[in-house]
Amino acid sequence: MIAAAWPRSAPDDERLLHVDPRRARIADACVRDLPGLLSPGDVLVVNDAATLPASLSVEGADVEVRLVMRLGSDRAWRAVLFGTGDFRTPTEHRSAPPLFDVGARLRFGAELAATITAVDADEPRLVDLLFASDGAALWSSLYRHGKPIQYAYVREPLRLFDVQTRYAARPWALEMPSAGRPLSWSVLTELRRRGVTTAAITHAAGISSTGSTSLDLRLPMRERYVIDDLAVATIRAAKARGGRVVAVGTTVVRALESSALEHDGELAAADDEATLLVGPGFRLRVVDAILSGMHPPGTSHFALLGAFAPSPLLARALEHAERTGYLEHEFGDSMLILVQKDP
Amino acid sequence: MDLFEKAALVTGASRGLGAALARSLAARGANVVIVGRETEPLKNVESEIHRNGGHAFALAADIGEKSAIHPLAFAAAALVGPIDVLVHNASALGPTPLRLLLDTECEDLARVLDVNLVGPFRLTKIVAGSMALRGAGTVVHVSSDAAVAVYPTWGAYSVSKAAQDHLARLWAVELGEHGVRSFSVDPGEMNTRMHADAVPDADPSTLEDPARVAERIVRMIEAGERIQNGARLEAASWEGAS
Repeated sequence: MIAAAWPRSAPDDERLLHVDPRRARIADACVRDLPGLLSPGDVLVVNDAATLPASLSVEGADVEVRLVMRLGSDRAWRAVLFGTGDFRTPTEHRSAPPLFDVGARLRFGAELAATITAVDADEPRLVDLLFASDGAALWSSLYRHGKPIQYAYVREPLRLFDVQTRYAARPWALEMPSAGRPLSWSVLTELRRRGVTTAAITHAAGISSTGSTSLDLRLPMRERYVIDDLAVATIRAAKARGGRVVAVGTTVVRALESSALEHDGELAAADDEATLLVGPGFRLRVVDAILSGMHPPGTSHFALLGAFAPSPLLARALEHAERTGYLEHEFGDSMLILVQKDP
Repeated sequence: MDLFEKAALVTGASRGLGAALARSLAARGANVVIVGRETEPLKNVESEIHRNGGHAFALAADIGEKSAIHPLAFAAAALVGPIDVLVHNASALGPTPLRLLLDTECEDLARVLDVNLVGPFRLTKIVAGSMALRGAGTVVHVSSDAAVAVYPTWGAYSVSKAAQDHLARLWAVELGEHGVRSFSVDPGEMNTRMHADAVPDADPSTLEDPARVAERIVRMIEAGERIQNGARLEAASWEGAS
């Protein structure tokens, strides 16, 4: 499938492939059709995490630091180091970074520096960092010196606003929760007018690639998520009236299902870390349907879709998408896996 | 709206009405992000609020600068969570002494519009998306008598404030169904540096104390649905002020 190489300006016109797992049917649509595909009473659950400028360049060294996980405070992060190469170099072709010892100090700019507090025993490019500053000073300098994580298939460097959804709030995501990227307020307003409610959770969507095959096997890493009382009430109310829970993106599935597993199968408010892996055969306790990007077989995202539809149907859907020119990756087209209600 | 532990962001908060609004919001238990161009006076307001037991977070930014807005909005949300109350108080008069339109450089008009209209639009566009999703939030636009009355030499400022009032109404019309409130408020003539810049020979004893005006504006925010969405209010005559 061809990658969308740049954010498009009219998201409502982007394509959406509707996969109905009960009827084993696929149908072409576009994002503006979404309100008509859902039913009054359904709830659409989004991840409202804003995307961090998680990529930092070390001064005086050809090293890129990508934040991958917050460790208990805004100052402490796990990070992956990358060697020579810029955003046009696929991560797997980047040279290995130099090795740092515990105690090494990395400077990213005039007011931003960090100390390495731990180096992973198996993967020396995976380190823990402690920033020297905290609070408003840390956030100001992080936004001054950091850039969003880049993708080799994108034609120009992405700017901070290229990687945000239209409802982003707390900057927790290391890479964009991209399933929600095409949702305009025109579509969200139409959904609400048709009686589809919306709920927001915040999930620290992790990085997609570490540049190391062995380290990639450890993805996704633990991802922090918060589900507040309002989201729980909104989702429970939808379930109580027979509405379906439609997750926007794999992060929402992981958060909601993690919470349910932690609370005897029932969705509950949570501030926790998701470690759950969802795939074919996983029994979904909360989520009924998913709006997602186009994910090729072999990725953890594709595996997750297997919880919503049988693999042969997904393979057929992707084959159709490929043949009819759907676009993939962060700025690509969408797939909705949802059982169509009987008319 | 009960402001206790709510997240607020006030622009132009290093002095005058903005600093007073930040103090009033913090005194009610809100977590307040204060924004201004100059770090030192902003830090002083932050320290003063801390000394009084409040929570304030200083972020230096120029609202008229396009590239400053996303970093500001998301750094603020990182510090205090999704914003519940957004107060557009930062304002540019343009060059002083104020001058006739025919003597106004086009670039000066553009700069005033950037700070008073386009910057607030950019900031609201980010913050109000998350408000609309959560179904609650209030956006306050600090306006001026000059938005309505036509005074010679006040041209650039005046058109920016008239447009900002209309922007406040438009946000209300589009976001009302999502539970987001927007209004503009004319604070009246206050004893501030901006007033001294605009009207150097004014008698300070005839001017209102910004702290008193800030209290009234904070009560407007607390009044919630008792204020019509999209309203233009005058702080001096607002009936809920007593």
